[in-house]
Amino acid sequence: MVELSRRALTVGAASAAFAFATDANAEGVVKIGAIYPLSGNSASAGNYEKMAIELGADLVNKGDPELAKVLPLAKGGGLSGLKGAKIQMVFADNQGTPAAGQNQTLRLITEEKVVAMIGAYQSGITLTASAVAEKYGIPFVNPESVAANLTERGFKWFFRVTPVAADFAKAYSAFLKEQKAAGRKVDSIALVHENTEYGNSVASVIADVFAKDKLNVSMKVAYSANSTDVQPQVLQLKEKNPDAAIFVSYTSDAILYAKTMKEQNWKPAILIADDGGFNDPAFVKAMGSVTEGLISRSVFAPGKPGSVAAICDALYKKKTGGDGLDDVSARALQGFLVLADAINRAGSTEPAKIQAALRATDIKPEQLVAGYDGVKFDDKGQNILASTLITQLRNSQYVSVWPKSRATSELILPYKGW
Amino acid sequence: MTTTLLLQVVVSGLLLGAVYALFSSGLSLIWGMMNVVNFAHGEFVMLGMYTAVVVWTAMGGGPWASVPIAAILIGTLGVLAYFLLVRHIMRGPMLAQILGTFGLALFLRYGALWVFGANFKTLPDDLVGHSFILGGIRFEGSRVLAGAVGFIVTVLLHLLLTRTSVGSRMLAVSEDATAAQLMGIRPQRMQALAWALAGAATGIAGALVATFFYTSPTVGETLAIVAFVTVALGGFGSVLGALVAGLLIGVVESLSAFLIGPVYKDVIVYAVFVLVLWFRPQGLMGTT
Repeated sequence: MVELSRRALTVGAASAAFAFATDANAEGVVKIGAIYPLSGNSASAGNYEKMAIELGADLVNKGDPELAKVLPLAKGGGLSGLKGAKIQMVFADNQGTPAAGQNQTLRLITEEKVVAMIGAYQSGITLTASAVAEKYGIPFVNPESVAANLTERGFKWFFRVTPVAADFAKAYSAFLKEQKAAGRKVDSIALVHENTEYGNSVASVIADVFAKDKLNVSMKVAYSANSTDVQPQVLQLKEKNPDAAIFVSYTSDAILYAKTMKEQNWKPAILIADDGGFNDPAFVKAMGSVTEGLISRSVFAPGKPGSVAAICDALYKKKTGGDGLDDVSARALQGFLVLADAINRAGSTEPAKIQAALRATDIKPEQLVAGYDGVKFDDKGQNILASTLITQLRNSQYVSVWPKSRATSELILPYKGW
Repeated sequence: MTTTLLLQVVVSGLLLGAVYALFSSGLSLIWGMMNVVNFAHGEFVMLGMYTAVVVWTAMGGGPWASVPIAAILIGTLGVLAYFLLVRHIMRGPMLAQILGTFGLALFLRYGALWVFGANFKTLPDDLVGHSFILGGIRFEGSRVLAGAVGFIVTVLLHLLLTRTSVGSRMLAVSEDATAAQLMGIRPQRMQALAWALAGAATGIAGALVATFFYTSPTVGETLAIVAFVTVALGGFGSVLGALVAGLLIGVVESLSAFLIGPVYKDVIVYAVFVLVLWFRPQGLMGTT
């Protein structure tokens, strides 16, 4: 405890000094708290999100002339609605545990006096962190957690920008029905998923949506993600040979499936992987050469030159030293921009005014980094215009292929594999 | 469902089982020799896997190069672990022994995380030749090699322990170190040799598993559980028992995953495990 409070004091002192320094040459600062996994298992994703949010703060504070043409928020010189106040981010590490997420959020709100919160990547941590913000009446913007229950708690201060499992399932369904209409055989679909919260919940939502849409899920295979072997499952698939297969997996099992499918020489005509492990750069690097034509989803595609997405992608590459925006970092940047826009419109650092501005949010698709249809929150705080793009793996790189309006490449079927 | 398909499942299970046996034999050997459970066993396998990854990325070498290198490296690691850690904690209470090797496991795991990073690595899948079809059944080169080597190394270890004078001396030390010492055997030397052999076998296992599995700093956790179950089922200390148990687990796992469903396979494997231990608490081939 002593250790913790001492550290809190140092951080507090440092940021107080920083606040003082910026106060001296600006109208003021707006402090926003960000809670992310900066250590532990998900540290890699957390640090990419941190960089995306830092980029967002730079866009508001320093600006980018090219981006300002399409996104007024990026004019530079701080928030125009608050007489040019600069945004100051205060990051805290959720350490990958719901308890730390809760404590750190409490610290950010009570010690750092942040006016709004953003975070926290893992659904389980967003759950506890946002409960603290709710109690203190501080707006909490969640850019990326997909667990359905987060927006079912009757919270008044919680706003989720990302699409959730049902949105993904609808996208897959619409995509497959379009393939069917184009004359492809989609009579039997296998649903293969890992059996913890992520895999089970996504798979059951997909099964429900498909049942409603009259798509035939002919087999469901649940498996444990830390299996040492998936040969029997692949042999089962080979025997039934469905027209399409959808995988909901983490990285290690995704690698095993890709390897084993090649070993047993089985591939469906349409292979869909629900993001997760299949979008991990480590998977793409290791298995990209044997999963050519794999279909996945992402909210991000670099898009056409001059678009918000393309410019932000280039700026982010400069910041990270090579890595472009991806599904996770794009959602984080988008979440931050939604919050910054609301604070700007609120013209105040009063939490209640920011909350009201968030409720009135209405951002058009051409102003977005992520490939949503827009941003507009319902009473539960869910972005009702959140949607996803469907992507395809080409030469170890994902390109967007669906919907047509936002596709950068032509869809190629059947699945090629190796 | 055809017979060929079922045979394919059994063959996959047998090959998998031989690999289980290979990476369990080292654990079994150390238990048999010293009554010490090496909780860092999974990490030894993991380092063997990274040896294969490094040998391939640094010099483009396949298993022919990485297997001997891993055997030497992990064998040396075993000897170092014995002299620097195990020898000392053997004098302490049982809890010190458990926590000692557990600490070593964490040290190696996070050391690997620091050196190699958290990302998953894989070897190219044609490193060990392509798959071939025999009687309608597909055989994957890398798995056949791993299974065959697993079988051979385990049998050789067994023969070494039961048919050679070095083996007799090792067993003598494990029976009664003081009596063995009176007979002119140096117990520490024999125990160090056991750690060297166990390390080498584990290193070979790692280098071979890496040809068809992903490599990451935490992969040892996933594999160690199988190793512990295999050793307990085969009988603590019996290398041949580990082979029989490995094959049994491999086949039961494959068949139950195929016929009943992958989420149930662990239930079936552990049910068999509990049943066997019910009737033979010392394991299939262990001695009481």
